[in-house]
Amino acid sequence: MIRVLVPSQLHSYTGGVSRLEAPVGAICDVLDDLDRRFPGLKFRIVDEQDRIRPHMRLFVGRDAARDVHAGLRDGDELMIFGALSGG
Amino acid sequence: MAAMTELLIGTRKGAWTLSGDAARRDWRLEGPAFLGQIVNHYVADPRDTRIRMMAAKTGHLGPTIFRSADAGATWKEATVPPAFPKSADAATARAVGHTFWVQPGHASEPGVWWAGTSPPGLFVSEDDGATWTSVDGFNDDPMYPQWVPTDAGTPDGPLLNQVVIDPRDAAHMYIATSTAGVFESFDRASSWAPLNRGVEANFLPDPYPEFGQDAHFIALAPTRPDRIWQQNHCGVYRLDRPEVNWTRIGEAMPKEIGDIGFTIVPHPRDADTAWVFPMDGTDVWPRVSPGGRPAVYRTGDAGRIWTRQDRGFPREQGWFTVKRQAFCADAAEPLGLYLGATNGEVWMSGDEGESWRRLGAHLPEIYSLSIAPGP
Repeated sequence: MIRVLVPSQLHSYTGGVSRLEAPVGAICDVLDDLDRRFPGLKFRIVDEQDRIRPHMRLFVGRDAARDVHAGLRDGDELMIFGALSGG
Repeated sequence: MAAMTELLIGTRKGAWTLSGDAARRDWRLEGPAFLGQIVNHYVADPRDTRIRMMAAKTGHLGPTIFRSADAGATWKEATVPPAFPKSADAATARAVGHTFWVQPGHASEPGVWWAGTSPPGLFVSEDDGATWTSVDGFNDDPMYPQWVPTDAGTPDGPLLNQVVIDPRDAAHMYIATSTAGVFESFDRASSWAPLNRGVEANFLPDPYPEFGQDAHFIALAPTRPDRIWQQNHCGVYRLDRPEVNWTRIGEAMPKEIGDIGFTIVPHPRDADTAWVFPMDGTDVWPRVSPGGRPAVYRTGDAGRIWTRQDRGFPREQGWFTVKRQAFCADAAEPLGLYLGATNGEVWMSGDEGESWRRLGAHLPEIYSLSIAPGP
């Protein structure tokens, strides 16, 4: 399974839950899985061209992820953050 | 207090409502809803007063549409918000940065809504905003790259900032853009043609191009829909269809005030009357009230003469302005005018602009102020 850390900006979708699990797959598969469970969540992280939005950051472990098609391995942690962004 | 007038307020940090009694004397502020969301537009549906639509995003999260079917008591998110079709070349493909404008469809088309976005895109919903589709007639027109140059835009990005529908004909539509001016469609958005003759674009080598203008706001005179008022980046204009040449009626404004602004409000019962809220468009474009003395200007003769109306506004050191969606009128007698300011204040006139009073203050920067039609 993939462990997922959900930032506060998306807690309105997850009912306040910040730690989730999803089946192993590419990042986009994980986001699709989350979107099925929490409709609307994915589009607020990536745009319609599957690009990560400018003020969202995804990390797999300590490595920044820039391509949602990158694969994940069993046990990986996908961390989603709202990046520093203006006032 | 029986709410007879309700103002829907979209701000840079969420949405509020202001409810007024029958006399429009006592007002109650409620909110926020969606605190922290950037609410570019918040409107009610004149065809079904329970339905409300809100265009929102945050500094981090992507854009979406929130919908209410019970006058704002509860909200649902669009299951398919406005989005461009997926492209094979993701590096250059368009993506909606934010929805700027949501427009109830024609009275004969319940459930239909239109939306304008940044970058400029036109979208339609046939199910009260639940799902949205890209309108090929504009978004995929072969001229789109010329209408939306890659380096064009406002400080908040290039905009398709408005959709306007002829109340007499659902197929006759106008859109306003920040990159190519006004367009007209006679076939319900299947095809579009520029409608900018006579409108200046003083930031281009050809100051009177076929397209390229920055149309801040257009409004049809409700009692004479062939009359179009326009507050442009380069002045105030009027066009009486079927004419195609706009007249710069802002030339009659006092020179020290100028005719730059974001919005224009027509009188709902008098086709010759409209109001503007000028801002300082000189020098580096401060975009504040000229001289720090806020005022509206009213014309009662289709733009030949403009009269200053500033009673109640700060006499000095008032540096706010009013954005595109934040100036509106009710339908009462006498007419009520309402404006939401960039400093978070809401102002009202109950005597057609003669005098103004502040209904609320200390809100975030107001992006949108609209009237919810009464039940």
